Amino acid sequence: MQSAKADILKTLQEDILRLQGLRVADNNSLNEILGPIADAFPNGSFPTGAVHEFLSPCPENLAATSGFLCGLLSSLIGNSGAVLWISSSRNLFPPGLKNFAIDPEKFVFIDTFKEKEVLWAMDESLKCGALAAVVGELNGLSFTASRRLQLAVEKSNVTGFVLNSNQRLNTTACVSRWKISSLPSEKVGELPGIGFPKWKVELQRIRNGRPSTWDIQWTKKGFRQAQRKLVSTFFELQKKAG
Amino acid sequence: MSKRFISIWFPHLKTDWFTLRQPELKNLPFVLRSPSHGRMIVVAANKVAESQGISVGMVLADARAVVTDLQVRDDKPDLVNKLLRRLGEWCIRFAPFVSIDPPDGLLFDATGCSHLWGGDESYLKDIIRKLSARGYDVRATMADTIGAAWGVARFANSCVVPVDKHVEVLMNLPSAALRIDSEIFERLNKLGLHRIHQFSKMPRPALRRRFGEQFLRQLDKALGQEIELIEPIHPIEPYQERLPCLEPIVTATGIEIALQQLLETLCLRLEQEQKGIRAAVFKCYRVDSKIEQIEIGTSRPSRNIKHLFKLFEIKISSIEPSLGIELFVLEAPKVEDLLPAQEKMWEGSGGLKDGRLAELLDRLSNKIGEKAIHRYVADEHYWPERSIRLATTLEEISVASWREEKPRPLQLLKTPETIEVAAPIPDYPPMLFKYKGKLHNIVKADGPERIEQEWWLQQGEHRDYYRVEDEEGNRYWLFRLGHYKNEMYQWFIHGFFA
Repeated sequence: MQSAKADILKTLQEDILRLQGLRVADNNSLNEILGPIADAFPNGSFPTGAVHEFLSPCPENLAATSGFLCGLLSSLIGNSGAVLWISSSRNLFPPGLKNFAIDPEKFVFIDTFKEKEVLWAMDESLKCGALAAVVGELNGLSFTASRRLQLAVEKSNVTGFVLNSNQRLNTTACVSRWKISSLPSEKVGELPGIGFPKWKVELQRIRNGRPSTWDIQWTKKGFRQAQRKLVSTFFELQKKAG
Repeated sequence: MSKRFISIWFPHLKTDWFTLRQPELKNLPFVLRSPSHGRMIVVAANKVAESQGISVGMVLADARAVVTDLQVRDDKPDLVNKLLRRLGEWCIRFAPFVSIDPPDGLLFDATGCSHLWGGDESYLKDIIRKLSARGYDVRATMADTIGAAWGVARFANSCVVPVDKHVEVLMNLPSAALRIDSEIFERLNKLGLHRIHQFSKMPRPALRRRFGEQFLRQLDKALGQEIELIEPIHPIEPYQERLPCLEPIVTATGIEIALQQLLETLCLRLEQEQKGIRAAVFKCYRVDSKIEQIEIGTSRPSRNIKHLFKLFEIKISSIEPSLGIELFVLEAPKVEDLLPAQEKMWEGSGGLKDGRLAELLDRLSNKIGEKAIHRYVADEHYWPERSIRLATTLEEISVASWREEKPRPLQLLKTPETIEVAAPIPDYPPMLFKYKGKLHNIVKADGPERIEQEWWLQQGEHRDYYRVEDEEGNRYWLFRLGHYKNEMYQWFIHGFFA
């Protein structure tokens, strides 16, 4: 009885979301990679064909954000997809993409001279259905601009990512807002040195979903919840020893 | 169909140009002067001056003695060629092949053009009327050969020489009508051969002996026994479509309609020949004789009207119609083979091979420049800056493999930045470093990874790379340039790991 009720509620919820215009894409491989994060999304499925905003106010933050983003892209690209990376001040280093199981040759970089052109190029690229995703590095995203981008993706079903380096935030039409910051990595077994990349993933806003925060590690299998234990670092050990 | 040529002669080209700029000179005797052998010589005289007895080649002092109120201006030696070229470009509206004929004329290959004006007579009349309206004194003749047209324009009146009648007309003209050197001309005069009919029937060996091979060739060219070609000022593109307008076009919508029509005809032709456009130029000939043009390029041969139109569309706003555009020309200077099978293959597959992506990149490169688009393939180098190479096409794949055994940062600074570092002993990772005024305590580190300079490309010290993590969890890529022992080392930050 109880489970039947839950089932009915679930189908009703899905119906409501569908009526609200949410398209549930078949993102099984992506949801598998996302691991614990997938639960925060409507219907437990990452919204593709939408624009996501990532906050990255400093270069360290940008590195962590692009790392997390590349994890997502690795599954969005699949076997034959292509990604457009648009920026006026790009530092992304293609060989680094290999760590995230992405073939760097699938990336096409648009290095514009002016910040203004990034938005235009993004709007234009998001309309192109041949792409798997479009990433744009911007300094500030106005509500009007975000709505334009959102309208562009609704027709083409391309997923857009905005890396916003501006500290001042305003309302946007983006489907979500993320903030990724680095966390000290965990030891792999007894091996010395740096372990898997580890981030604090804050999903600050998600349309029809549940905002939440996770400690996430990027492993060969995708994003995995990091163990919540306190890792005593080399630095702390040193302090203790005096 | 026999060839038809038009020769246009501007008897007062230079003085007309000055009069246009200084209208007060119109009814005054007016000459241009130029120094020669220490004296001033008259190099051009207007109609009024000529009627008062001044001729070109006179010494200026003599001319002043003849006409007291003579107006004098300095000659501009490089004016004629520029002026003729501009006039020639403007005249492309009358015929596709226009060539300049220095020092004072233009030549058209008007074969098959006159029916558009309803016959030779009205065609020539229109040319003369339009050029006169621009303020130039004009004489023009249409004939079967360039030589005949040239001679008749200068030594008879403007007229249309009917087909196959040019020999008869030429016979009565003076020998100078053959475009010969003044030396030969004088020799002919000395012998009493003033008119062409006096020597045209003479045995050729005799003529050759006395006047040389060049003279005979000029005679043959005028009579049509030797073919003469003209060299157009703008080489005619093999893929070109023209659209003349009845009324001058001034609106963007009008330009768009014209462009659309031209693209349709051009693409239809390309389809029949299985070709695609790689570069195209859209030219607008304005009423005031200026040419406005916009250019596009594509990364793949294309004959997709919609796509090509979109590429042009961004630039249409840069066209300034001014008083109006009366002729549109679409040229494709660069075309490549495009088979229908290829076209189909690229559509809808997604990824780098998809035609839609190529079209998108065309649009982007036309707006923000070709240099903005980069794609990288791996290269056979360990030195980080050289480990990638720009791919030339979208299809290019790496010959070298991407290296995975050593971690590479996701964000790499364009140039390494110097940092202050405290490191315990040689080859140990640093304990702390200062970057942009902030102190970072290093908690974990990997390395060193030594990367040697490639001495055959560049001289310099090696780099010892460390991957470090600070207490906040941010991960950096640092390196030390050079050895410890000679105290010449320096620390740099080069990148950020995810």
